[in-house]
Amino acid sequence: MSKRPAEGVQESGERTERGNPRSGPLTEHRLIPAMRWIWIDRILELERGVRCVAIKNVSAAEDVLHDHFPATDQSPALPVLPNTLVIEGMAQTAGILVGHARDFQEKVILAKITRAVFHADTGPGYAIRYTARLDRIDDSGAATTGTAELIDPASGQAAPLADIELMFSHIDRNRAGLAFPESNFVFTGQFISLLRRSGIAI
Amino acid sequence: MTSNPDQVYSKVQEVLVDALGVDEEEVTPQAKLVEDLGAESIDFLDIVFRLEKAFGIKIEQSELFPESVLNDPRYVQDGKVTDDGLAELRQRLPHADLSEFEASRSVEDFSNIFTVDAIVKFVQAKLG
Repeated sequence: MSKRPAEGVQESGERTERGNPRSGPLTEHRLIPAMRWIWIDRILELERGVRCVAIKNVSAAEDVLHDHFPATDQSPALPVLPNTLVIEGMAQTAGILVGHARDFQEKVILAKITRAVFHADTGPGYAIRYTARLDRIDDSGAATTGTAELIDPASGQAAPLADIELMFSHIDRNRAGLAFPESNFVFTGQFISLLRRSGIAI
Repeated sequence: MTSNPDQVYSKVQEVLVDALGVDEEEVTPQAKLVEDLGAESIDFLDIVFRLEKAFGIKIEQSELFPESVLNDPRYVQDGKVTDDGLAELRQRLPHADLSEFEASRSVEDFSNIFTVDAIVKFVQAKLG
């Protein structure tokens, strides 16, 4: 019996002997860590087909903050979460909302950033609260509207961070002749884990 | 909901400016959504959603963009729309001017039928 890969890890290669993963060369049954690409920490609310609220804590432990922007001879370090990753957090919040509306049966792909307006920068020690609302969904895809708020844990107060409108495609219905894997590569273990630890039944 | 042609045109123009990120002056009646305004496939879904919201109407995506016809081997052979296909398109798209498309019948050229004027006529027909 083969071992089930650990969460966040996906298997690659073929086994040379069924039932004994150690019998072949090491390269044939190595485990490759899946890229951790999860930009929200917890889902606070999920109302089917209506809205999803998620929280992201921004930490100095995140590598990206040390590259964006590092200290130079002229200026000290300025750790700011790139706005593209703020959008990614909204895409994941809204993507879960869209996927949940159809019981995660569709492969939900971010297809268009319709609008993104930023009001502030995000540094370590703050939290981002994403609220995504489902404007419209049909067989082809969905449109969402969302707001991101910057929460200062010192005061508990929230300030506007961004307004983000997105379009999602149900990719299996818009293949245009392209072949995609049968399995749902969008809602993988990382998302299932997120939903479970947020207390959402799936 | 009004079906005053000027008001419909003005609202369609606004929808296209928002959906495609183009300037209002670019959205002329004869402008082609793909060739002139840079629309991509996902933009058509965006446009349908925005038209529904702007005019309070319900649009099936296949009403405006009949992909099923263009993917049907009964209506398309060797990349060209057959006589039956053309008849089907005329029936499905009474708002569109197919005269230019008839010359080539090439599926690749089909997107050119989606002009701003065609969208306005489609909305007017929906509003009655």
